[in-house]
Amino acid sequence: MRLKNILADLSVYGRSFARSREGLFFTFVFPIVLIAIFGAIFSGNGGSSVPLYVQNMDGNSPAALQLLAGLNSTHLVNIRFIPSGANITRYVSENSITAALVIPSTFGQSIASGAPVSLPYYNNPTVSSSQIAGQAIGIVVQQINLNLSNAHNTIYVRSYADSVVAQGYVDFLIPGLIGFTILTTPMFSVTFIVSNYKKDKIFRQLSLTPLTRGEWLFSKFLWYIIVSVLSAALMIGVGVLLFDAHVRINLYLAPLLLIGVFMFVSLGTFAGAVAKTEEGAAVIGNIITFPMMFLSGTFFPISIMPAWLQTVAHFLPLYYVIDGLNAVMVYTNYTSAMIDMLISLTISVAFFILAMLAFSWKEA
Amino acid sequence: MSEAVVSVSGLRKYYGNTRAVDGIELEVRKGEVFSLLGPNGAGKTTTIEMLEGLRKPDEGSIEILGLNPWKDATSMRRRVGIIPQDFNFIQRITPAEAIRYFATLFKAPDRSEELLELVDMRNMEKTYFMHLSGGQKQKLGLCLALVNNPELLFLDEPTTGLDPQARRNMWEVIRKLKSEGKTILLTTHYLEEAEVLSDRVGIIDQGKMIAGGTPQDIISKHGSGKALYVSGNDEIARKVRSATGLRCTVEGRNISVEISNNTEIARVLDIVRSSGVELETLQLREETLEDVFLKMVGKVED
Repeated sequence: MRLKNILADLSVYGRSFARSREGLFFTFVFPIVLIAIFGAIFSGNGGSSVPLYVQNMDGNSPAALQLLAGLNSTHLVNIRFIPSGANITRYVSENSITAALVIPSTFGQSIASGAPVSLPYYNNPTVSSSQIAGQAIGIVVQQINLNLSNAHNTIYVRSYADSVVAQGYVDFLIPGLIGFTILTTPMFSVTFIVSNYKKDKIFRQLSLTPLTRGEWLFSKFLWYIIVSVLSAALMIGVGVLLFDAHVRINLYLAPLLLIGVFMFVSLGTFAGAVAKTEEGAAVIGNIITFPMMFLSGTFFPISIMPAWLQTVAHFLPLYYVIDGLNAVMVYTNYTSAMIDMLISLTISVAFFILAMLAFSWKEA
Repeated sequence: MSEAVVSVSGLRKYYGNTRAVDGIELEVRKGEVFSLLGPNGAGKTTTIEMLEGLRKPDEGSIEILGLNPWKDATSMRRRVGIIPQDFNFIQRITPAEAIRYFATLFKAPDRSEELLELVDMRNMEKTYFMHLSGGQKQKLGLCLALVNNPELLFLDEPTTGLDPQARRNMWEVIRKLKSEGKTILLTTHYLEEAEVLSDRVGIIDQGKMIAGGTPQDIISKHGSGKALYVSGNDEIARKVRSATGLRCTVEGRNISVEISNNTEIARVLDIVRSSGVELETLQLREETLEDVFLKMVGKVED
């Protein structure tokens, strides 16, 4: 390994990467687009509350107002009103409403007199926003019932979140999306480059120089480390500035980034080297990349997936990189991060050996 | 006779049952341009790739500048320059950047300006490789092959796919390099190229060297020499044949007589004149390498 050769190759490769539109897109635009889209979906007012339509037939009775105030204070629902003269079933179906609550005209009277009263709730149980609105209604109604019977709360829950840095969904998203770009940038471009250099016989040309394939590969590691650090910084910057993200940034991130890049540059090299054609390389690259893209905790935590899919996730190499990033950035759990590093390093070394076995500059 | 920089004997390479190279002997001397000429699929590229150390021979010995190209590939490549067939390079790199890249790898001084000047591409300094024409790409390949200031150059089909103008430019550069004392081994399937550029030519067909030497040697050894082309008809042709014993064919209103020395010209002309035919056509044609090649190989590309 000669540093001068590595740097000469790095400079040439970096230039050609930066001069291609795809290169710039994946380094600078794509990370911002990702964080902007997912940040907007999962953060702020629009994201955390679901719409609940209310038809209030009981006007300004104190009981009706108390119910509405209770629903509002859950922050789970965003109340919109249906005109009291409307036919509720027709209105719900015409407007594709998934959660509609009717406060009957007798509501206030019944509560004052202690007579039972029911609140019709029109909903679509297959839609999660409908379920969330239903839960909010349940909580508020139960609280009003308790107050009416003069009962008081005995059990309270006090939540502790000291070691967790995250305060919102966007905070979990940043480690996931950093993992996502560590996966996709090398997997898409290295896989393509290796198959393309093979087809265009550029490797044959390079094999005629003193450059070794080890030096060539090392220069790719360096380049994708630069690219990954840049896009991670961009995503953290945009996340913090635009979406008020809270993540811990410290030196534990460095080995995770390095190992992640090492892992997927090796895997991309392997995929490009075993493919017979450029098209074949794209197919192999996609087969490897797509399951990992969605099932490794990139866009959502794997804990919300069914148990069997969680088991699958544990077989995906990216899972350990993202789990490690989460351990550092969100949970500040460094022991767990070290375990993730060890596992991903082992996987990376295996990928590297596979890549070196498959990746040849010589022809038979 | 100057020293041999390339010596090859008994070279063989098989792909399954196909004998791609089947016992080639070859010697290239210092300072000469040697062309391996043959139709596509004759085994030229396989041969030159074994000389470059890109392929391992199945049998035979190769010595390049005293080195074994397969075993001593690294040290050999510091002293030779190579343009592989279908030279291609990183798409978004300028010629000057490519040359500097290779210069760093070879620990050679940056001669990008000088080399681009040599191939007349100074104005292309800032153009990406992907936007160069076929001829310019090939000339950049030549610059890269020259970065380490090699004594010996291997050019595998340096002008294939180029237009006639670009081909002539490439020839100019190859002549310049020869005048600087470089030894050049090239492959080509263009007869004219072999004839114009080379000191010596080796004709390869079906993995075997079927003729070798200077173009003139090959023509006189394998060709029938000169042909006299004069006005005539069947009757005159018969007379010429019976009087001189030379091969004579009728081509339209003319006859073509294969002659081996100039005194026969006078004899043939006497016969024609005495037959009372007006001498409208009189041509002395010398066989070219192409005529011989066609006769030996039986086919020619474009």
